[in-house]
Amino acid sequence: MAKTSRKPGPRKKAAQPKSKKKAAGVAGRGVVVLVATRKGAWIYRGDPARRTWRASGPHFLGHIVHHMVLDPRDGRTLLAAAKTGHLGPTVFRSTDFGKTWKEAVKPPAFARPVEGSSVPARSVDHTFWLTPAHGREPNVWYAGTSPQGLFRSGDGGVTWEPFSIINDDPKYREWMGAQQDGTPDGPKMHSIIVDPRDPKHLYFAMSSGGVHETADGGKSFTPLVGGMEVVEGLDASVMTYHDPHCVVMCPSNPDRLYQQNHCGIYRLDRPSTTWVRIGKAMPPKVGDVGFSMVVHPYDASTAWVLPMDGSTVWPRTSPAGKPAVYMTRNAGNTWKRLDHGLPAKDAWWTVKRQAMTADGRDPVGLYFGTTSGELWMSRDEGARWSCLARHLPEIYAVETALLR
Amino acid sequence: MKVLIPSPLLSYTKTNRVEAAGDTMAELLSDLDRQYPGLRFRVIDEQDRMRPHMRFFVNGKQVHDLSLQLRPDDAIHIVQALSGG
Repeated sequence: MAKTSRKPGPRKKAAQPKSKKKAAGVAGRGVVVLVATRKGAWIYRGDPARRTWRASGPHFLGHIVHHMVLDPRDGRTLLAAAKTGHLGPTVFRSTDFGKTWKEAVKPPAFARPVEGSSVPARSVDHTFWLTPAHGREPNVWYAGTSPQGLFRSGDGGVTWEPFSIINDDPKYREWMGAQQDGTPDGPKMHSIIVDPRDPKHLYFAMSSGGVHETADGGKSFTPLVGGMEVVEGLDASVMTYHDPHCVVMCPSNPDRLYQQNHCGIYRLDRPSTTWVRIGKAMPPKVGDVGFSMVVHPYDASTAWVLPMDGSTVWPRTSPAGKPAVYMTRNAGNTWKRLDHGLPAKDAWWTVKRQAMTADGRDPVGLYFGTTSGELWMSRDEGARWSCLARHLPEIYAVETALLR
Repeated sequence: MKVLIPSPLLSYTKTNRVEAAGDTMAELLSDLDRQYPGLRFRVIDEQDRMRPHMRFFVNGKQVHDLSLQLRPDDAIHIVQALSGG
């Protein structure tokens, strides 16, 4: 059993959600935290106070688990994207909240190239991202892979098929680049977002390759990179140079997106197609480079980031070894440092793009997992932090859900 | 023919020595997948390429071609390559 330690913190109470109506009904519900790591997955179940946690795991010990997600439509189906150092990629599925798992009958896999195709054949190295589809589409899921590919399951994750035109479209393949254009762990398809108002309206992002959207259920996609910067000296009109690290949609306002990019923090208010770099308001010594981006479930003006050192050779550690979360309450006009309870110095970890998230409670709980295997949480929207678990393998992803 | 199974695949076969049939390596792997659904994709990718860290030996000799002809008395070893932490 994992138990959080209580640490002294500031007396200031966290700001209340602006949409109390939306927050109604979440009081008293326990939280589950899903942790995917380089060596397996863990599930932490918290009591309603979020003070006592019961851990289950490791699930799939030794498997590289990039993402584990609970289906919010039924509250009990879990999907986990896994591979091992030797074995190819697969997806595991549980319909009893992780008590038992079954492997997908047909995991995400690229199609064979048609005769005369100008694009070379590809193989999925790993499934990186899992997104449940719209609430009106039960059992539909989307998956993003490395190298970049978009897949869909219509049966709850049992079988997967390539989705939309992009996997083999010559222009998109050019934008995806080659292995050396991606992250050290391979180029990624990530941040697959479904508009809660319209199941045919989707966004996705590629590292590298930019942000894209479809309004017709994947029949066509349009780049959405206006205003996004690229590394100095490169041409921002070249899609391959765009490296969005994490894109999120505000649940309380689906017309507002936030993005943590290789080159800064951005906000986009639709129908505009031009991202605004809100990270310029961050302290210059800290900068606005990072992987993860989290939005408040009830307040579209509130978001959190966890900056990293993106200088010189890109250490990708906490700046100066002093980790901190930064929060904006005004859509990025100003940022506030939140580090109470976090190591004051000599902490050289970082937090990957899927490894920071929020629960739906009021006040909102925040959670992040580090590359050094620590799971941190805040019950008060980032004002105070405590360590929920240590000594886990490198954490790749952290997701939460409210227990029913 | 006899097939030696590496430990990462024991979740499929439950034993490290199994029997499978086929006139070629491709057929042998299809037969293994018929008996142990899902096994093939973990070692052969969707373009019919052997995965990078899996090795296949026939009578002690490493093979790279799935169209390789097999005989009923061949001994097949599927081996996980060495890897770091």
